[in-house]
Amino acid sequence: MKNDRRTFIKLAGIAAAGIAVAPKAMASSGQSPVKVNANAVHAKHWAMVIDTTKLHTEEKIAKLAEVCHAIHNVPNVEGNKEVKWLWSDAYAHTFPEQENPHLSEEVHQRTFPLLCNHCENPPCVRVCPTKATYQRPDGIVAMDYHRCIGCRYCMAGCPYGSRSFNWGEPRKNLDLEKLNPEFPTRMRGVVEKCNFCVERLAIGKQPACVEASEGAIVFGDLRDPDSEVRQVLRERFTIRRKPTAGTEPSVYYII
Amino acid sequence: MLELALKGSKRYWMWISFLIVLIGIGALAYVNQLMVGLETTGMSRDISWGFYISQLTYLVGLAASGVMIVLPNYFHGYKANKHMVIFGEFMAIAACIMCLLFVVVDIGQPSRMMNMFLHPTPNSVLFWDALVINGYLFLNLFVGWTCLTADRAHLSHPKWLKPFIYISIIWAFSIHTVTAFLYQGLPGRHYWLTAILAARFLASAFCAGPAILTLVMLVTERVTTFKMPKNALKTLVKIIAYAMCVNMFFFALEVFTAFYSNMPGHMHPLVYLFAGAHGHHELVGLMWTFIGLAAISITLLVTPKFRNNMKLLPWTLVLLVIATWIDKGLALLIGGFNPTPFGTITPYWPTGKELLVSMMIYAIGALIVTILFKIATEVKQEVGHSQKLPCGCSTEDGCNCAEAEEKTEEVLAEA
Ligand code: SF4
Ligand code: SF4
Ligand code: SF4
Repeated sequence: MKNDRRTFIKLAGIAAAGIAVAPKAMASSGQSPVKVNANAVHAKHWAMVIDTTKLHTEEKIAKLAEVCHAIHNVPNVEGNKEVKWLWSDAYAHTFPEQENPHLSEEVHQRTFPLLCNHCENPPCVRVCPTKATYQRPDGIVAMDYHRCIGCRYCMAGCPYGSRSFNWGEPRKNLDLEKLNPEFPTRMRGVVEKCNFCVERLAIGKQPACVEASEGAIVFGDLRDPDSEVRQVLRERFTIRRKPTAGTEPSVYYII
Repeated sequence: MLELALKGSKRYWMWISFLIVLIGIGALAYVNQLMVGLETTGMSRDISWGFYISQLTYLVGLAASGVMIVLPNYFHGYKANKHMVIFGEFMAIAACIMCLLFVVVDIGQPSRMMNMFLHPTPNSVLFWDALVINGYLFLNLFVGWTCLTADRAHLSHPKWLKPFIYISIIWAFSIHTVTAFLYQGLPGRHYWLTAILAARFLASAFCAGPAILTLVMLVTERVTTFKMPKNALKTLVKIIAYAMCVNMFFFALEVFTAFYSNMPGHMHPLVYLFAGAHGHHELVGLMWTFIGLAAISITLLVTPKFRNNMKLLPWTLVLLVIATWIDKGLALLIGGFNPTPFGTITPYWPTGKELLVSMMIYAIGALIVTILFKIATEVKQEVGHSQKLPCGCSTEDGCNCAEAEEKTEEVLAEA
C-alpha cells in the first residue's frame, strides 16, 4: 500500500515535471526534454597539457591512475590482457621515435603518464564499423559500450596503444564492494578507454586526474586563445606522441 | 540437386562423419569461448587480432583465387578450363563461408554483429570487407548453381548469366584488395602501411589459392571419376609458378624499401621476424622456413622437368602452401602488431582452444567443399564431362595415349 502510494507520487511528480519542462525544452531545442546540467562546462575542443617536470614518477602517476580507475570501475587484470585508462611508461615507450642516444639524463629517467590522446583526427573512429567509437563536437573521442561489437579494429588502428579490451568478464576483476554506482561497469567483449571524464565535465567538474594532479595537468579549451591550456602551450615547450601518425593528439607534454 | 550429396559410398560417409566429429569438438571449444569470453585466446592488449583474423586473411585469398580458372575461360575463351570452373566457384563458396565464420568467432559480442549493417559505416573498411565477402559468396552460389543446373539438363549456360560472371571476376580482385585495405591504412603499423600490400595479397592468393585447389582436385580425382584435363592443369600450375615468383618479388621490394631507406619503423618488424628483437625470437625459425620453402617451390615450379612431374607436383604445392601460409597466415599479422606502439615486443601464440575453434571452421569448410564437389562430380559423371579414360587421361584431352605409349616403348628399346 505504502509502496504503491510512493510510486504513484513519484510518477505524478515526474509527469508534472515533464509537463512543466517539456514545452520549454521543445521550444528551445526541438529535441527530447532532457535538462542539461546548468553547471556543465563546454569547450570547442578539449585538450590537456601534462607538465612532466612535475608529474614524473611512477608513484605519482599510479595515484592518478588509481583515482581514474576507481571512479570508472576499470577492472584490475594482471598480465598482458590488462585493462587500463591511465598508466605510466618510460620515455622510450612514450615517444618511441623521438629518442636520441644522448637525451638529457633527467628526461630519460622520468616516467610519463599515458592515456587516450583524444586525437583531432582519430584513426580509431575512422575504422570502427559500428560508430561505437565516435568523436563529439567538443573533440572528445567517446565510446558507446552498448554499440561495440568487440571487433578490436580500433585497437589495431590506434597508434598509441590507448585501448583495452575486456577479454573476460570485467566484474570478476573488480572489487564489487567498492564499485562507483554512478558509473556503469562494462560487459565482456567490448573495448574501453579514457573518456576525458565526459561524465564529470557534464556536471561542471574537471577530469579526475586533472583534479588529483595538484596543478601538474592543465585542462581546457584549445580553441580559446585565452584559456589556461593555450597560455601554457604558448609559454612552455611541448611535444606530442607520434607526430608522424598525423592524428593530432589533444594531449600535450611539457618536457 | 542437393540429393546427390545424400548418396555415397561408405568411404564418403566415413569422411563426412569424421568432419562432423571435428566440428563437434571445435564447437565445444567455441561454446566455452562464448561463456567466458575471448580470454580463452592468446591475444592480448598489444596483439588484438590473432589466429582467427589471420586465417580470414589467408582464406580470402583462397576465395579470390578461383578467378584464376574462371578468368581464362571467360575473358580469353580458354576452353580447357571449362569443366574446372565450377570447382573454382565452389571452392570460393566454402572459403567465403569460412571467412565469415572466422569473423564471427573473433568478435567479442557476436549477438550484436548486425550492428555492422544496422549502422553502416562507410569509413570503416571492415564494413566493406563484410559486404564484399557476402557479395562474392552470393555471386558464386548463384553462378555456380545456375551453371550446374543447366549442365545437368544438357542445356547451354543461360546468356543472362554473363554479366554476373563478369562482375564476379572483377569482384574476386576486390575482395582481396579490400581485405588488404583492412590492414593497409593504419598509421603506426609499419609492416602493413605499404602501398604494395594489396598487390602482395593478390599475388600470394593467386599462387596459394590455385595450389590448394589443385591439391583438392587431385584428391577428387582419386575418389571420383572426374579427371582434370591435362592442359587445364598445366596452365594452372604455370599460373601458380608466375604468381609465386611475383609474390616473392613483391616481398623483396618490401625488404629493399625498409633497409635501403634505413627507416627504423619499416625495418623493425622485419628485424623482429627474421632475426628477433629485444630477446624475442619466436618467429625467426618459421620465417626462414618460409624463405627456404618458397625458394624450393619456385625452383621446382620454374623447371619444366619438375613442374611436369605429376608425382612431384603435389609435394611442390604442399611446400608452397606452407610457405605462403607462414608468410600471410601468421607472420603478416604478428609482424604488424610487433613492435607494439611502445616499441616493445609482445609475443603471440594461439592457444589450444583457439586452434580447436579454428579446426571447427576448417572442418566446416571441408564439409562444404566435400558436399559441393560431390554434387559437381556426380553431375559431371551424369553428363560425361571430363571423365577418366583407362589410360588416365581426361575425356577432354583428345588423348592419343596409345600412340604415345608405342613411341616410348620404341625409345626405351633403342636405349
Ligand atoms: S589515442 Fe588512440 S584511441 Fe585515443 S583518440 Fe587517438 S587513436 Fe583513438
Ligand atoms: S571494438 Fe567496438 S569500438 Fe572498436 S572498432 Fe570494433 S565496434 Fe568499434
Ligand atoms: S581524463 Fe578522466 S578518464 Fe581520462 S585518464 Fe583522466 S581521469 Fe581517467
